[in-house]
Amino acid sequence: MTAHLLTELTIFILAVFVGMEVISKVPTTLHTPLMSATNAIHGIVLVGAILVAGALDPPFNAIVGFVLVLLASLNVFGGYTVTERMLQMFRPRVQAPKTPTDGQS
Amino acid sequence: MSAADTTPANWVDVAYLMTAICFIFGLRYLSSPKTARLGNRISAVGMVIAVVATLAQGIVNWWVIGSALVVGAAIGIVSAQRVKMTAMPQMVALFNGAGGGAAALVAAGELLKVFRAGVIPTYDVSFTSVLSAVIGAISFAGSIIAFLKLQEVMTGRPITYPGQQFVNAIIALVILVCWGLVVANVPNSLEYFWIALVAAFVLGILFVLPIGGADMPVVISLLNSFTGLAAASTGFVLGNNVLIVAGALVGASGTLLTILMGKAMNRSVTNVLFGAFGAVKTTTGGAAAKQQNVRSVSADDVAAMLAYANQVIVVPGYGMAVAQAQHSIRELADQLEKKGVEVKYAIHPVAGRMPGHMNVLLAEANVPYTSLYDMDDINPEFERTDVALVVGANDVTNPAARADKNSPIYGMPILDVDKAANVVVLKRSMNSGFAGIDNPLFDDPKTVMLFGDAKKSIDGVVAGVKAL
Repeated sequence: MTAHLLTELTIFILAVFVGMEVISKVPTTLHTPLMSATNAIHGIVLVGAILVAGALDPPFNAIVGFVLVLLASLNVFGGYTVTERMLQMFRPRVQAPKTPTDGQS
Repeated sequence: MSAADTTPANWVDVAYLMTAICFIFGLRYLSSPKTARLGNRISAVGMVIAVVATLAQGIVNWWVIGSALVVGAAIGIVSAQRVKMTAMPQMVALFNGAGGGAAALVAAGELLKVFRAGVIPTYDVSFTSVLSAVIGAISFAGSIIAFLKLQEVMTGRPITYPGQQFVNAIIALVILVCWGLVVANVPNSLEYFWIALVAAFVLGILFVLPIGGADMPVVISLLNSFTGLAAASTGFVLGNNVLIVAGALVGASGTLLTILMGKAMNRSVTNVLFGAFGAVKTTTGGAAAKQQNVRSVSADDVAAMLAYANQVIVVPGYGMAVAQAQHSIRELADQLEKKGVEVKYAIHPVAGRMPGHMNVLLAEANVPYTSLYDMDDINPEFERTDVALVVGANDVTNPAARADKNSPIYGMPILDVDKAANVVVLKRSMNSGFAGIDNPLFDDPKTVMLFGDAKKSIDGVVAGVKAL
């Protein structure tokens, strides 16, 4: 094992602990948005996708690079949009008059 | 970075550090519905920082990357905005699969690049690139099957065949051997890499096939965790810290949720994954005919029961999602509250097809999250409740889980619906629940059944309450 790998493993382990700590505080009400939010976060693989797509030789760069970045981009933009949509629905008891269209659909 | 390392930090890595901090704060703010939206936005800002920093390093293949980015963004945003809330589990599965697939391809691309440069990859790189490819491919294929099941393109029932575990074990073995060969850098090791990738893809399909719809919350969480770990592993391949941190966060989150879901069903995760429902299904047989003593009532009867109650607890299940009954339920609650009835909602952790599924649907129908109660908080309340209204939930209310040692779901924590003074069960028909298990709740003398589509039934009850 290289020293570099050891450093990375250290970062990984510590991040796992931070993740456990932070996520154990998320209430069950928000578990779906949590899944969706973490779903968006693993879209960070987009960074890897851009790096690799930029470094591939022809003919891989065009096809593989495109698919690669497309998938990751789908993950990122879809993930954040869905999470935002879900979260804007969560509201405490509101006293304001509700819109008349609510009951339909 | 040893002590002797005095090279100045690359500004891109500084940007990545900021991204990692944004992600952690983003998740931290998810601890309350009040701050959750802010959290998601902070996390999105982190993502923008990382992507912009990566692009700003100067990339070659820019037209491919740019067009893929734009097309992916367009598809992602449009589908995310159009999707119905009831279809959310499959949407989450799909995005998850996209991430997993991307992680697998990133690892493949990087390894390919190393080989083409004529360099022998270090053990670190070869080990982690196979790992990323394998987990990513399993996540990709598994998510697609989960999507097809949830979308009901294919049956949601478990698909089993003889020797299933054996086949899976063989494929797993093939993956392990190929992995070893790639790390050992035998001649043509790139070919073994492709074999491992394809085998992992097949394994991903086969491992989700036998898992039934009711177990989907476990599988979705697990696949989420897999994609996180695949991304982290890709970080090791590329030596990229932000991928490692973000992947670890997601991996931790997915694992935690998976364990939580397993606990809520009183089953270990391995039990859920490795075909316990094959065993459960054998009890379906002739037993279902036993339940004869059910009392069927009309919507008006239910309306009267509810309107003169002091407290009503609504217990939603997957049936509510299927019938899209959440808006009608909210309307019913509004009508009841006008008459001074207290309405609460009892949410079982595994109700629906993903963690928190019911909460999202009720939130969509403008039910305040302050009215939603977790199992442990609401269970003592049932004794003081006049009517428990069960909407399309079955196994999570089954008292056999508490009493009957022979029941396949014995020991699963349930909502103590049977302790309420009266129980109204809304159900499409007398078919047994997903797990094919009889529910003694339906035979209980204080239980009445209202058969039919949940939404139409509730609309009928609403009309009844209004007429009173």
